[in-house]
Amino acid sequence: MAGDLDRDALTGKPTTGHEWDGIRELNNPLPKWWLYVLYATILWAAVYVVLFPAIPWFSGHSRGVLGWSMRGEFAERWAEGRAKQSEFQARIVAASIEEIRADPRLLNYALAGGRAAFADNCAPCHAPGGAGRKGGFPVLADDDWLWGGTLEAIEQTIRHGVRGSGAESRQSVMPAFGADGTLTEAQIADVAAHVLTLSGGAADDSANRGKAIFAEQCTACHGADGKGVAELGGPNLADRIWLYGGAKHEIAAQIAKPRIGVMPAWQGRLDPAAIKMLAVYVHALGGGK
Amino acid sequence: MISHARIEKNVILMLVLTLLTVSIGGLVEIVPLFTIESTIEKVEGVRPYSPLEQMGRNIYIREGCYTCHSQMIRPFRDEVERYGHYSLAAESMYDHPFQWGSKRTGPDLARVGGKYSNEWQAVHLVDPRGVVPESVMPPYGFLARRALRAADIAEHLKTLRKVGVPYTDEMIANAAADLAAQAAPDADVAGLLARYPKAATGDFDGDPERLTEMDALIAYLQMLGRLVDFSAAPAGGIRQ
Repeated sequence: MAGDLDRDALTGKPTTGHEWDGIRELNNPLPKWWLYVLYATILWAAVYVVLFPAIPWFSGHSRGVLGWSMRGEFAERWAEGRAKQSEFQARIVAASIEEIRADPRLLNYALAGGRAAFADNCAPCHAPGGAGRKGGFPVLADDDWLWGGTLEAIEQTIRHGVRGSGAESRQSVMPAFGADGTLTEAQIADVAAHVLTLSGGAADDSANRGKAIFAEQCTACHGADGKGVAELGGPNLADRIWLYGGAKHEIAAQIAKPRIGVMPAWQGRLDPAAIKMLAVYVHALGGGK
Repeated sequence: MISHARIEKNVILMLVLTLLTVSIGGLVEIVPLFTIESTIEKVEGVRPYSPLEQMGRNIYIREGCYTCHSQMIRPFRDEVERYGHYSLAAESMYDHPFQWGSKRTGPDLARVGGKYSNEWQAVHLVDPRGVVPESVMPPYGFLARRALRAADIAEHLKTLRKVGVPYTDEMIANAAADLAAQAAPDADVAGLLARYPKAATGDFDGDPERLTEMDALIAYLQMLGRLVDFSAAPAGGIRQ
């Protein structure tokens, strides 16, 4: 191997003695700064092993002198965050809508928290700003509410969901008048024609025939005037706001074999303060009562 | 001191020293495997996947969902605020292979179960940008057109049992029936729910007539992260 006598003629530096096609490899020492950094990292590793959890053995692992753990640190950070919010969180849960509105700081806090929670949890179905989506995802920014638009009603709907398995979940099922054979196809067309007159459409013979069927079959949930019964989840049919489309054939399809949406329950997934802030936010989108 | 020159010229010595070095490295990597049992939290509720969920999981892997979605909520405050309780080792102890991942082009899915309705999941898979305008997810509408091929489901469960998933003989005997019952709207699911508590049942893809790959995938998505009940967990999260 490299000997001091084996030097490169041109630079005078020692070589490794390896030679390829007449080219020799210089045997320069490692740069000092590099070497010391290497020693420092080795030293740090030794210190780290003592301070932090590092060495596994058969019934667990070393805990380290500091007793640090990822989950322990998380618990501290979590408690810190909660402590910073505690003043507002507790007041939000206890306050009524009037009290929240009366305190601009509280309202600000609730709206900001509600907006953040809405973006991740609600916007996928209800669209940003509660603009709703076609195909059964209701608009939340108007004053047409399927299950009531007061702060309490909104909070209740968020907490327990719609048509879920929970005992307090909002429940309403529209019968399939066509699929069950209750009404014929012609009768369904008549009812659809009548439903269109409720929101200002012109009445014709078909609609007049449908009016009698409507009075018999539909008013229990949709009200005698078709303006809906929020307690039963019966939608308002007289306002030109349609969940599954307002064309006559779309209304007829909904009578024949209704599509029925499901909203998840958020209790358990979100904490009570987050649910209340969401309710305040949704209430403030434009249509809160 | 053994010099470098001597080791390089003595092949037996080099072999012995190489083995020594490699076994230290090997030991450091292998020993933790023996301690895995003690790092799995003792929590209630984790069960093997139902046959339909397992098929959905296979589709999840086949379509490479893991390349954009992780299933691992880390113990950081920002993640827990958004996704819920951080993931436990126990929650993926029956995963072969696990889907933790570290790449999040889309959101983490470890607790997506029950977060959105079946209708939304189906609409979103058919046209992601229809419901999330800023999404870059490709559409998966073809899943709703492909019948689920699951004739060998019992063999799947048997294979998983060989690698340690505690499927019982009863689960394997009922595999095909459970698979069909979970996505049928009016099926008797008492047996299924006894074997696989908290399984989501009913029609998933909006087409009750057919059992499609989308049924399986949504059944899988709707159970993710729901097995352990965290309502009684301490405020800072489950430690160990």
